[in-house]
Amino acid sequence: MDMKVYFKEDDNVLRGYVEGEIDAYTAPQLRDGLEAVEVTEGLNIEVDLTNVSYIDSTGLGIFVAFYKRVQREGGNVRLTGLSERIKHLFKITGLSELMNIEGEKKVKLS
Amino acid sequence: MTKPFDYVEMKFPAKSQYVSVIRLTVSSLASRIGFSYDDIEDLKIAVSEAVTNVVHHAYEGAGEMVIGCAMYEEKIELMISDYGSSFEYETVKSTVGPYHNEQSIENLREGGLGLYLMDALMDEVLLANNDSGVTVFMTKYIAREQVDEVAEKVTTQ
Repeated sequence: MDMKVYFKEDDNVLRGYVEGEIDAYTAPQLRDGLEAVEVTEGLNIEVDLTNVSYIDSTGLGIFVAFYKRVQREGGNVRLTGLSERIKHLFKITGLSELMNIEGEKKVKLS
Repeated sequence: MTKPFDYVEMKFPAKSQYVSVIRLTVSSLASRIGFSYDDIEDLKIAVSEAVTNVVHHAYEGAGEMVIGCAMYEEKIELMISDYGSSFEYETVKSTVGPYHNEQSIENLREGGLGLYLMDALMDEVLLANNDSGVTVFMTKYIAREQVDEVAEKVTTQ
């Protein structure tokens, strides 16, 4: 089982990408990847979860910790690309009320 | 008389690298008896939460965990235990009491989201705490239309 986390700077936004399954085994890797992010005042961070195929409370806890740190250090973070399943998890745990999250991008009809 | 369910039992070292193996095995078993995609995803999370709990809290050093799956026509029952040895499924089942709602709120505050998610994603969650360890016992029912589908497959085989 594989999990990847990496970041790219894009203008004024730091874009993070998380891929794979997040559970007790892969969580330390995610935690390290997020802890390595240097947060500066006013930094905007977007973490794309489009390619996350599984997450449980271990992973949710890590995102909560990251969210709290970024807020404390004056930055902003948004989680994007959440599948319906993962959005449901954020909803039933009450996290969608506390965190800035966004579902999968809808294909625009022209 | 034959039992109304098939019982599968797995024993693993209590290490995090086995959480995904257990989750995928339970997913395969659930799929075999006709659970829907969404219900299988719920089961995967619930079993991972219970197993992760054993990995993190049950042992100071090395230990083992036992995962029992009883597959009925209309439901799956999962038992996750940090007993070092296998258990007599029906004996352990008879010792667990109801899991109260007021208990879950306390546990949510102290133990994070794991137990809360198990409760939210399964139809029933029972906890047995005794001298030899902790056992989580949980049940999920198959949605009615899927039951009919499975019953039909069984009779035509």
